[in-house]
Amino acid sequence: MSLAPSLFTSPILASATLLHIPDGFLNLVISLLCWLISLAVLAGAVRSTQRQFDERLAPLAGIMAAFIFAAQMINFPVAGGTSGHLVGATLAFIVLGPWLGMLAMTAVIASQAIIFQDGGLVVMGANILVMGIVPGVIGYGIYQMSRGRSRAVQLAATGVAAWISVMAAALVVALLLGASGTTSLSVAIPAMLGIHALIGLGEALITAAALSFVMQTRPTLVQDGAAVGQRRWVIAGTLVTLAVLLLAPLASASPDGLEWVAEQTGFLDTAQNAPYNILPDYTLPFLGETGVSTILAGLIGALLVVGVMFGLFRLLRRPRQAS
Amino acid sequence: MHANTFDRFEHRHSLIHRLDPRVKTVITLLFIVANVLLPDGAWLAFLAAWAFLLLLTVLADLPLFYAAKRSFIVLPFTLAAITVMFTLPGQPLLSWQMGSRQMMITDAGLLRFVSIVIRSWLSIQMAILLTAVTQLPDLLHALQHLRVPRILVAIISFMYRYLFVLADEAMRLLRAREARSARGWAGKSGGTIWWRARVAGHMVGQLMLRSLERSDRVYNAMLARGYDGRLLTLNPHRMQPGDWLAGVLAAAVIAGIQLLGRLPPI
Repeated sequence: MSLAPSLFTSPILASATLLHIPDGFLNLVISLLCWLISLAVLAGAVRSTQRQFDERLAPLAGIMAAFIFAAQMINFPVAGGTSGHLVGATLAFIVLGPWLGMLAMTAVIASQAIIFQDGGLVVMGANILVMGIVPGVIGYGIYQMSRGRSRAVQLAATGVAAWISVMAAALVVALLLGASGTTSLSVAIPAMLGIHALIGLGEALITAAALSFVMQTRPTLVQDGAAVGQRRWVIAGTLVTLAVLLLAPLASASPDGLEWVAEQTGFLDTAQNAPYNILPDYTLPFLGETGVSTILAGLIGALLVVGVMFGLFRLLRRPRQAS
Repeated sequence: MHANTFDRFEHRHSLIHRLDPRVKTVITLLFIVANVLLPDGAWLAFLAAWAFLLLLTVLADLPLFYAAKRSFIVLPFTLAAITVMFTLPGQPLLSWQMGSRQMMITDAGLLRFVSIVIRSWLSIQMAILLTAVTQLPDLLHALQHLRVPRILVAIISFMYRYLFVLADEAMRLLRAREARSARGWAGKSGGTIWWRARVAGHMVGQLMLRSLERSDRVYNAMLARGYDGRLLTLNPHRMQPGDWLAGVLAAAVIAGIQLLGRLPPI
């Protein structure tokens, strides 16, 4: 491997999964809505981390964000010339704690957009939501369910958490694109989930291996960090999972969001007789049978996975409590 | 690796470079928002927006197609929008049989697809231009003036500062792995996939511990130098009349492009 070209391409292209949404692919209403959610969550993150770290926060979170960025350069050959690498949200949430991890991921996403144009500026709120908040909270919630089990169970849960978090991110991207009328959901959802099922495997393996390394060399780091509020994060993860899954049918049923608002406020009428009237009476084709059935299938599948996870942890918990 | 790897053009002194970073940031965001709002197939407006972009590039003393050359990073993402060609109802332009399914490209679908690609292509060029004409510390300072929370700006500044340090660290790890695990013929890799993943994961864990220790040292060094939680700058960043003028002019042009895109063709 020649290092010189990888120096340029790998921080950029390694992260160029289909998760960094560029400007122009989401309509304005969706972009602003995502900003709103992201900012509200980030405000919580800032408040709670500032209380914990005060003026230490900036160097700590900044350098750990740089770490996530650099860690995305570390790849390993999978097969046929493709390579696995880290996306990072689950690992960041576990080793840094959820709030600090969220801030670090946000800084990573912001600088990827500002410095490398990997991901848009106006849609940055959506990217923060998709890559920083949703996967992290879901992954961390799953990881928290395994706390107190044996190390092997925790590592397995971490792998599963990392995989599901990448899948959730992919699903949210597909939903946002679909709701913006930029893609057809019936194609986008299976396509995005299919690609990221593979990418997620790399993520799962690296995340679990990295965590096992930290557990061996610095066990205190993962032990005290997040002992408090375990249950809260399990609930948060479950809620976010449910929100993502419930949004799927909603996004497919609602017409192009901007168009809807425009119609409601009569905003399109002010831009009178624009010749591009394909928009107003544009009916969404993916309401067809195939689209709905795909979404339903995805929903049932995901619920099944969550159910199996819950059952698994229940089973694993019992013998421990007995002993 | 050094910060200069990425900012080859930020230190020039053109008309655009000297503008207040706040103006540049706001105009960039305005341009992108306006872009997203342009209706499908507003070719004239798209063309005008690109002309405006090229004008700014010339004023910034950059190669004419500087932004265009770097804009290909959106290409993979256009794949996601391709499906729209097939699913929007409209006049069929092209149709063929694929397996059991009838594939059909409609005129409305094609129009929308091309419009989406053009919009995002214009937006990314503007973002590329912004980073080429503004030094990152100035850009971050502008964000702070624009009411982005101070702590987020501070975190991003730190990240930018240490990005290159830690990227170097990651490169050293990669080089060490290369040196110790000889590569087989034709890119074949040794070991099982589990083993390879474990090695990579351990490298990530190693890097994480080193970063954590480094952040400790950095913090202590900052304390020793009088850090009290505020980040200071020597650049006053005061808006001059010229900055206001440039901002208003650019906003007017963007509004004009928007109007052009929404007016019926004559």
